Amino acid sequence: MEIHHLVKMANEIGGYFAAMPDHEEAVSAIVQHLRNFWEPRMRRELIAYARQDEGDLKAIVREAVLRLEAPAANSD
Amino acid sequence: MLAIDDHDLGTPERKSGANSGAMVTLEIDGRGVTVAPGTSVMRAAALAGAAIPKLCATDSLEPFGSCRLCLIEIDGRKGFPASCTTPAEAGMKIRTRSERLTHLRRNVMELYMSDHPLDPFECKAGGRCELHEMAKVVGLTQVRYAAGGRTHHDLPADASNPYFTFDPARCIVCSRCVRACDDVQGTFALTIEGRGFDSQMTAGQHERYIDSECVSCGACVQACPTDALMEKTVLAAGQADRAVVTTCGYCGVGCSFKAELRGDEVVRMVPNKDGLPNHGHSCVKGRFAWGYAIHPDRVRRPMIRKTISDPWREVGWDEALGYAASELKRVQAKYGRGALGGITSSRCTNEEAYLVQKLVRAAFGNNNVDTCARVCHSPTGYGLKTAFGTPAGTQDFDSVLEADVILVIGANPTEGHPVFASIMKRRLRNGARLIVADPRAIDLVRMPHVAADYFLQLTPGTNVALFNALAHVIVTEGLADEKFIAARCDPREFGIWRKFIVEPRNSPEAAEQVTGVAAEKIRGAARLYARGPNSAIYYGLGVTEHSHGSTAVLAMANLAMVTGNLGRPGVGVNPLRGQNNVQGSNDVGSFPHELTGYRHVSDPVLRAEFEHEWGVTLDPEPGLRIPNMFDAALDGSFMGIYIEGEDIAQSDPNSQHVAAALGAMEIVIVHDIFLNETAKYAHVFLPGSSFLEKNGTFTNAERRISPVRKVMAPLAGKEDWEVTCALSNALGYPMNYAHPSAIMDEIARLTPTFAGVSYAKLDRLGSIQWPCNDAAPEGTAVMHTGQFVRGKGRFMLSEYVATDERTSARYPLILTTGRILSQYNVGTQTRRTRNVVWHAEDRLEIHPHDAEQRGLRDGDWVEVASRAGAIALRATITERVAPGVVYTTFHYPESGANVVTTENSDWATNCPEYKVTAVQVMPTTRRPERLPPDRVIAAANPGGGR
Repeated sequence: MEIHHLVKMANEIGGYFAAMPDHEEAVSAIVQHLRNFWEPRMRRELIAYARQDEGDLKAIVREAVLRLEAPAANSD
Repeated sequence: MLAIDDHDLGTPERKSGANSGAMVTLEIDGRGVTVAPGTSVMRAAALAGAAIPKLCATDSLEPFGSCRLCLIEIDGRKGFPASCTTPAEAGMKIRTRSERLTHLRRNVMELYMSDHPLDPFECKAGGRCELHEMAKVVGLTQVRYAAGGRTHHDLPADASNPYFTFDPARCIVCSRCVRACDDVQGTFALTIEGRGFDSQMTAGQHERYIDSECVSCGACVQACPTDALMEKTVLAAGQADRAVVTTCGYCGVGCSFKAELRGDEVVRMVPNKDGLPNHGHSCVKGRFAWGYAIHPDRVRRPMIRKTISDPWREVGWDEALGYAASELKRVQAKYGRGALGGITSSRCTNEEAYLVQKLVRAAFGNNNVDTCARVCHSPTGYGLKTAFGTPAGTQDFDSVLEADVILVIGANPTEGHPVFASIMKRRLRNGARLIVADPRAIDLVRMPHVAADYFLQLTPGTNVALFNALAHVIVTEGLADEKFIAARCDPREFGIWRKFIVEPRNSPEAAEQVTGVAAEKIRGAARLYARGPNSAIYYGLGVTEHSHGSTAVLAMANLAMVTGNLGRPGVGVNPLRGQNNVQGSNDVGSFPHELTGYRHVSDPVLRAEFEHEWGVTLDPEPGLRIPNMFDAALDGSFMGIYIEGEDIAQSDPNSQHVAAALGAMEIVIVHDIFLNETAKYAHVFLPGSSFLEKNGTFTNAERRISPVRKVMAPLAGKEDWEVTCALSNALGYPMNYAHPSAIMDEIARLTPTFAGVSYAKLDRLGSIQWPCNDAAPEGTAVMHTGQFVRGKGRFMLSEYVATDERTSARYPLILTTGRILSQYNVGTQTRRTRNVVWHAEDRLEIHPHDAEQRGLRDGDWVEVASRAGAIALRATITERVAPGVVYTTFHYPESGANVVTTENSDWATNCPEYKVTAVQVMPTTRRPERLPPDRVIAAANPGGGR
């Protein structure tokens, strides 16, 4: 997957939830959104990107992504 | 001419209700009959089995009282009143037959027949002419008036409309056509010109039909009691001998039709009077543009090829399905379980969409299934589910008749949803107020007898700022419905939202800077909407197809909740769905994260139910969405796809990216009725069946499940659901259903909102609005009446975030897109009908100021260039668009509108941002490879007639 595209999408999701007044609630909402709607390979790549360095991810998005557990690789 | 099996009661039904008074009992020809107050004597008589002769009356129109044939006698009253305009009253004693009445009626008929062929065999209505029928009823056998008198027999016929003719020599000037155009369609294109003998029906300002404002809805043809207005297909093929009730395959209104057949040949489509979405009305597409179903371009045999540069090879079904299955297995073995996926279509039935998602989840073993709603109304799904608990419109269509204020935003109902627009226009003519918010001056802004109180011509991409400003006014001016909010909404979420919405950055004055709409106009519109008392929102893709589409849907939900405009007739948040089965394909599990009924795949209890029914273990993770599939194809992890009824190469944004993705895949299976643009990248082509060739159901924008019934045999031998079953069986996952009713039974078993749906019930009720279950055994017209589906309504923050797509010195204009009445989406169907007469090419609308700056004249060729690509179109100079905004339709592949659209998408759903593309427009010598308009028209209809 094109990582910059994933980063852009994740930042846009973060852009919406960041307006929530409660930071913890906003981070949880980003986590839940990524779990609900992102296919595992997309989440895996974004987690790997977030773990490397801050890069282009917004801080609140990176915080949320680092809370995501990496889905198991599709082995079959 | 009425439908073949219609029983015309003469005047419209009157409903009895709490406010309409007691039922009325009267006596007609000695028989007692009880009717609702306001019912005409004519209708009461017909209900009592004593039908009164009539010509100018029909039960789709209010009575007019001009033909003088329906005269009656009433005890205690003088004269012979017309029964159509006489309301039934309690205790009336009426005679419909007497010697005197017969004499009067015969005299009237004699005058009519003196200017009409006496011989019914000369009549083109073929035994279904009401004039000849009435002559027979009143016993007229000869006309005393001498031949040689003045007649209208030599008046020339008007055959300019591609679908019907008007022969004034056969017209009796009953005004049924004029009234149908005015009252049913609301176009006011027809009139009676002249006085006395010279009276004549005419279109426009004494123009040919084709040159007038006529929108070819067919209401006049249906209303005509003689052979003056006749379908050309009937003139060519003769009268039908039977009818099959089915549902239109075009837009999300989902009109009910009677397909009339002569033998096995479709002769005409007539809107079904008993159809609840359309009440006997239609538009030019559903009524007339069905000829694509038998167009020579239809593919009738399966085809395969090794590579996309090879020529197609026609094969039998077994070979095609066997090859497709072996390739899917090969790709999955090579690249992994997640390397395959499928796309369901909003043009296919619920049952077909259900089977495709089942194939993906159960046979492919993943959740990589998506649907074309991804590119249109997926933000509706996200937004309405989040706010209310269910991703669907809140009302039925008839609810609009009880609205006091109608807010239309990002929708163009008269073009995109014309039959619903006719209902809406009727309400507007009767006094409802109108707010239109759109970058372009759509017809509803000002048309005969309709004018918007507020036209908010906002800059594309600024919907959220406008919604927030409307809500800001409502809250800060004390117009919120505090009682509704306290009783129905989550107080914590409301408190957070209230604090947000009153901030100065959401004021109309701040919004004016962003939207370009004057603050005072925003304030006025907000006050109007808030004071209703019944205010309803109708919206379309102009809301959803933005990078903030989901936020905009949430903002509309906030507006409705803060004013208490939910949970009763006349209010609500109503998406106008583009295609016939957008709602249904979503309902039956076409999204990659949801099983049927919008329930997430991660729920283990839910999965267990499906695993038990389907006999497989299901993947608990969401699958890829369509744009994600493209990205994954380009990185080599998604290598095979089964696409049913979708033309993603033409309809999805950034066509070059889509083409590259499809070109990277090793097995692309296209299942469609035509070799569409996507088929250029396919290895297997499975010929599909049109809506006339199969059984199933469609679900329209009001959640109404309606039957689709096989009218003719599938041209390629199989209905689409049979093809998906056969592919699944070839893959080794058994799918065996005797009939689509068994598929619906399975959906009902697995889906609480469909639990009460069955084909037997559909046959009994005609259609059913979900939820349909034990709590609502006959369906649900208005949702969220007592409480929201999710319990408390949820106010969500709706911060305005500008799109990344910005104008610049290089790309100074904003391109936005839309549709036109005569064409449907990417035009696969309508380009193969005579509808091309009205729209043989896509054009670019540009404001005179922007045109002058570029030295453009109307009709000049221009290049439209964006950051993604460039196309060539001809320009139409118009003040419909504001300076700085240009607009085009996307019905022709040669126009390539999606060559220029970008990959920006909605933050929540990835719905593409079709509505905002920064472009430059300049004169060009470039021409797209396309046929000239006259050849487009000829190619659309090589067989003629349809």
